[in-house]
Amino acid sequence: MLRALSAAAAVAVIATVGVAFAAGEAEHPHNYPYSFDSPFGGYDMAQVQRGFQVYNQVCSACHAMDHLAYRHLGEEGGPFAAYYARDHETGEEKMQVGRPEHGGRFVDVVDNPWVRSIAESHQITDTDPNSGQPVDRPGRISDHFRRPFPNEIAARASNGGAYPPDLSVIVPGRHGGADYIRSLLTGYTGETQGTLHGNRYFPGGMIAMPPPLAEGAVPYADGTPTTTEQYATDVAAFLAWAGDPHMEERKRTGFVVLAFLIALAALMWLAYKQVWRNEAH
Amino acid sequence: MSSNFNHGVYEPKSGFTRWLDKRLPILRLSYESFVAYPVPRNLNYWWTFGAMLAFCLVVQIVTGIVLAMHYIPHVSMAFASVERINRDVPFGWLIQNIHSVGASMFFLAVYIHMFRGLYYGSYKAPREMLWILGCVIYLLMVVTGFLGYTLPWGQMSFWGATVITNILGAIPLIGPEIQVWIRGGAAIDQPTLNRFFSLHYLLPFVIAGVVVLHIWALHEAGQNNPAGVDVKSKTDTVPFSPHATMKDLFATVLFVILFATFVFYMPDALGHADNYIPANPLQTPPEIVPEWYLLPFYAILRAFDFNIGPIDSKLAGVTAMFLSIAVLFVLPWIDTSRVRSMRYRPVARQCFLVFVVACLILGWCGGQNPGKILAPATFSATLNWTQGGQVVTQTFDAPSAGEFDEAATAARTALTTQGATQTSVVREGATHATATGVIGGAEQTRTVTGGTIDELEAAIQEVKTEVGAATPFFAIERHTPWTFTVTTLSQLATFYYFFFFIVLLPILGLRERPTRVPDTIAKPVIAEQGAA
Repeated sequence: MLRALSAAAAVAVIATVGVAFAAGEAEHPHNYPYSFDSPFGGYDMAQVQRGFQVYNQVCSACHAMDHLAYRHLGEEGGPFAAYYARDHETGEEKMQVGRPEHGGRFVDVVDNPWVRSIAESHQITDTDPNSGQPVDRPGRISDHFRRPFPNEIAARASNGGAYPPDLSVIVPGRHGGADYIRSLLTGYTGETQGTLHGNRYFPGGMIAMPPPLAEGAVPYADGTPTTTEQYATDVAAFLAWAGDPHMEERKRTGFVVLAFLIALAALMWLAYKQVWRNEAH
Repeated sequence: MSSNFNHGVYEPKSGFTRWLDKRLPILRLSYESFVAYPVPRNLNYWWTFGAMLAFCLVVQIVTGIVLAMHYIPHVSMAFASVERINRDVPFGWLIQNIHSVGASMFFLAVYIHMFRGLYYGSYKAPREMLWILGCVIYLLMVVTGFLGYTLPWGQMSFWGATVITNILGAIPLIGPEIQVWIRGGAAIDQPTLNRFFSLHYLLPFVIAGVVVLHIWALHEAGQNNPAGVDVKSKTDTVPFSPHATMKDLFATVLFVILFATFVFYMPDALGHADNYIPANPLQTPPEIVPEWYLLPFYAILRAFDFNIGPIDSKLAGVTAMFLSIAVLFVLPWIDTSRVRSMRYRPVARQCFLVFVVACLILGWCGGQNPGKILAPATFSATLNWTQGGQVVTQTFDAPSAGEFDEAATAARTALTTQGATQTSVVREGATHATATGVIGGAEQTRTVTGGTIDELEAAIQEVKTEVGAATPFFAIERHTPWTFTVTTLSQLATFYYFFFFIVLLPILGLRERPTRVPDTIAKPVIAEQGAA
């Protein structure tokens, strides 16, 4: 029917119908109670840090995150933001990851040792300043996350023709957001069809990505259980942060702005009443 | 005309203002326009949206100018530059959210403003020019909004631009040339993005220019009011400042609260998740939908899934879509009623409410899959097969591909003559085929049903599995019922949209008996308040 409208639109409609039917097979993502779901909720930074660890050790083998630089991890609102906290007894200032409960002075990301060590643990391909030839060097905090493949062709060639999408904005870019990512990662049915893997939450029911998470694959330092479900939960939280790094600041600012506007509206209402008090209308 | 009722006269007080007043009477103009200007005293809150719209325009221009300092109109950098704005530019996330949410708020306010004009007859004499200028502003807003949505260069940006520019290709004779001209090439690409950015920067200033004309026309004709009667004396009005300004300010602050709620707590709620996927010309997204404020027009476009005589469905849809806006321009002359406000037009008022519902339905339809079935329908199929019996097969070759049909009929007739109850032909090449027939056995028939085509096919498959492979073939007759789909609903709503303007308004204006219209604005207002 829409073929008449345009070839592209026709493709779209056929695709819509196709996905609508296929979507019948995909289950609705499981609603996980994330800390950032509520209007006031921020990120659980310990969770985001663990999620980064999962991304770094598992996902980053195939998935790029082009829009993130290592320095983003240590900026205010980032999972590895460092603060100087004063010890109550000794009065000594000590650097720590995460904002202390009272006070604390933000450490500029340039001086953040955690972010520096994360950046330096990656080899970045650059141009050698002397020879002009491509050379690998340890990452700097200003580098963007290391790309697993030099280009899309290489990525497809290594993944049976499928292109692992960039994960920078995967959470805002999918219906269901973090819940969808978490469900997808745990939704494998075990069924396979050639290079495709059955997944309850993927539109169409078959996904090219093999089950990426294995129990115990990523060691957690904080004693959190190392189950695939926990990995999925954590990495989805990390990707939610990566897609919306200013969320906490946004919600905080919004609260102040709305409080101000409501007070202003009350004043405006009183002024309006005052102005019109003697006028029939 | 209305200046006769001005509240006060500008008197320059200092030496400088007296000097200025003789050379550039800008303070006088401001005073007469925004202080002494008489405003009908019965204006309700529906009249405060003009102020909000002015606010929206300023917000969009200011945030847009800042965004343009950081945005890069390049196909391989645009998406990343928007991400950079959101991540690295100081308060970039706030400015970008305000701009994208602002577009939606702008349209929300403009739609309420337009429905208010329709309900209270603000388009009637002497305000025809005021109304037409408003329609021009709206049209410019639609174009600007569409251009702006292309700039982040996400999947929906790219494919939305593709679909909309394809629409232009439907124009007879010159369509394809116009399409290439607008795009700057055969497909949406770098030249398109560059020119869309340029035009998206230009048009808001054109809008601002037309807004000045709109306000000028407003001040010439004077404001309409809920009673729809002319201002007859100074008692009908109050001075613009502080009365109207204060009310507008209060209402605008409420509007900004809604605006801020979206900006800070639901910045992506009005957009589409697919626009977070960078544009990919090789991959069509599962659904292409415009932004919410254009959905009613998208529904009108898609409502035409049939040809009208020599006009094919594509052109019909495009024409209807343009006419749906064009009809607004001639509305002052279509509506024959001498009463402005629908407050005093009981029948027209009901029709207007149905019109609002029709517009909302169109908006809903625009976002749905057009083939979606809304009312329960029964798809049925009759399966005939032969239980038992003897299967005979026979291969044959037609003398040439052109004569295949005759050869197939002949082969089937031959089998029937042998006593076959059912026959079929499976073509294996240009001329080669196998004819199969069942001789003897018991003829079986069964009817299956389903709510959708998918369910029906599943039911058919079930019968086939149940009966088993022993049966060589089934004769299946599918009965497709008439279904009430999203398209049907949008057809009904589209019909009413045009029926309301082209038939109802002209006829009701002549036939309807209005209720008693008050003589003056002040009379009922003061009587009511005095009684209270």
